[in-house]
Amino acid sequence: MATVLAVRDLVVNYGAVQALKGISIELGEHDIVAVLGANGAGKTTLLKSISRILAIKSGSIQFRERDLQTTPAFQLAGMGIAHVPEGRHVFSTLTVDENLDLGAYGVRNLPAGRELVKTKDWIFDLFPILRERRKQLAGTLSGGEQQMLAIGRGLISKPHVLLLDEPSLGLAPIIVQEIFRVIRQIHEEEGVSILLVEQNARKALSVARYGYILELGKVAIEGDACDLKNNERVRAAYLGGAKIVC
Amino acid sequence: MATFIEQVINGLTIGSFYALVALGYSMVYGVMKLINFAHGDLFALGSFLGYSLLVWGSSFITTHVGLWGGMAVAMVGACIGIGLAGILMERVAYRPVYPAGRLSLVVSALGMSIFLQNGIMAVWGARTQAYPATVVPSTRFSLLGVPVTSLQIVILALSFALMLFIWYIVEKTTFGAAVRATALDRSTATLMGIDVRVVIFFIFALGPALGGIAGVMNGMYYRAISFNMGWTYGLKAFTATILGGIGNIPGAMIGGLLLGLFESLFAGYINGAWKDVFVFVVLIATLVWRPTGLLGEKTAEKV
Repeated sequence: MATVLAVRDLVVNYGAVQALKGISIELGEHDIVAVLGANGAGKTTLLKSISRILAIKSGSIQFRERDLQTTPAFQLAGMGIAHVPEGRHVFSTLTVDENLDLGAYGVRNLPAGRELVKTKDWIFDLFPILRERRKQLAGTLSGGEQQMLAIGRGLISKPHVLLLDEPSLGLAPIIVQEIFRVIRQIHEEEGVSILLVEQNARKALSVARYGYILELGKVAIEGDACDLKNNERVRAAYLGGAKIVC
Repeated sequence: MATFIEQVINGLTIGSFYALVALGYSMVYGVMKLINFAHGDLFALGSFLGYSLLVWGSSFITTHVGLWGGMAVAMVGACIGIGLAGILMERVAYRPVYPAGRLSLVVSALGMSIFLQNGIMAVWGARTQAYPATVVPSTRFSLLGVPVTSLQIVILALSFALMLFIWYIVEKTTFGAAVRATALDRSTATLMGIDVRVVIFFIFALGPALGGIAGVMNGMYYRAISFNMGWTYGLKAFTATILGGIGNIPGAMIGGLLLGLFESLFAGYINGAWKDVFVFVVLIATLVWRPTGLLGEKTAEKV
């Protein structure tokens, strides 16, 4: 599998605190990789440094063999990296339509007219509720709908790599089901490579091929999703001790 | 009745100056969370720039382009000149202090205001200057028995056209959505591929450019201009911004027009000498009873 995104020995500081202490991860073509860990383990920091909205101290981030070190953050969307941030961060006083339009803002080669309408239709097919709500202000949506909008806003640029930060956070189980159904669907049908950060380890490992478990800014365990599910330590600490069949 | 209509037209005219200046305050505040105290002085600078263009070009204007052409030249000149001044101001006075936080920005804005005021005084002198009567169109006619000048009509029409244009850009285009998104959440806007520097550049060019145009209109309307006029106008436009709801584009327009109407009606029916006092009573009353302004901050909290 060709590597699309490679992070090597990444070190990131928040003031005097070292948030990431040398992390290396890889994401392949048509791949889903999960990054798991407790609060404060550095998962969100990892995604924010890939998106370059956080400055890195040392290490490298490569996207399709290109070093992102000197790329301004706003250019990443146009290069094919979409980031769905933790906590959804939809633009609350903009309409659903406007939020989606902005998702495609950085993609210069996407003709604004017909192509955008087609892509938007595809998003509405993935999340039909958004079609009904398209003229509504994003802030008036429910939490689940906002998460769907945030994912749709990421997908509308037809990204190569999707960075998903805690898509299940604070949502009802039935909505979580739907979100994961879509994650699986876009991976299978569109071949989008997904780097999935989750606290819901069981859900994440059910869709991922490979997983990394972060502890205090370091990769503590990594391996195929199956091996992780059968790992004693992972089971005790992240899967509530339950035995899961692969 | 005629007096009333006359006061209303006067009020709308000065209200449209306030509205254009208030738009600049509001746009900059929306994106930067900065009250640009130097904005009123940019308005004054626009007034002086227009004045100089008209004075230097007076013979050319009277022989070649006519009075309306002269007005257009002065406005375009002030629009471009003050737009550039706004960009330059952001570069030298604000960008270097962004990392230091909002308080430092406000102090820098106050410093910029003093700098501009003294700069205008150094160049054009401390005495009140007057737009020459020969370059200001002043055809008088009667509209439903009310005396108006052609200048008033043009000022009103142009102001409303500019406001409509800004409203369209900000509320109806994708770039406008990008500006609003940047105002709401800068880092998420960056994730969308929005270059925040372009948005900042845009608001610091457009806001002052509108102020520059308003400065020329004001100079033509009142004729007398002085180096420190930016302070009073700045404060009044700031009041209009608060009245309409800061950071809110339609709010700035409505706040400006209403404030002009209040001021004019107060001056016409109650007391002309106390009109400025009345304006600031409006400011205080708004802050006490409706601090988010008439239109308020647009919120979309789930109920």
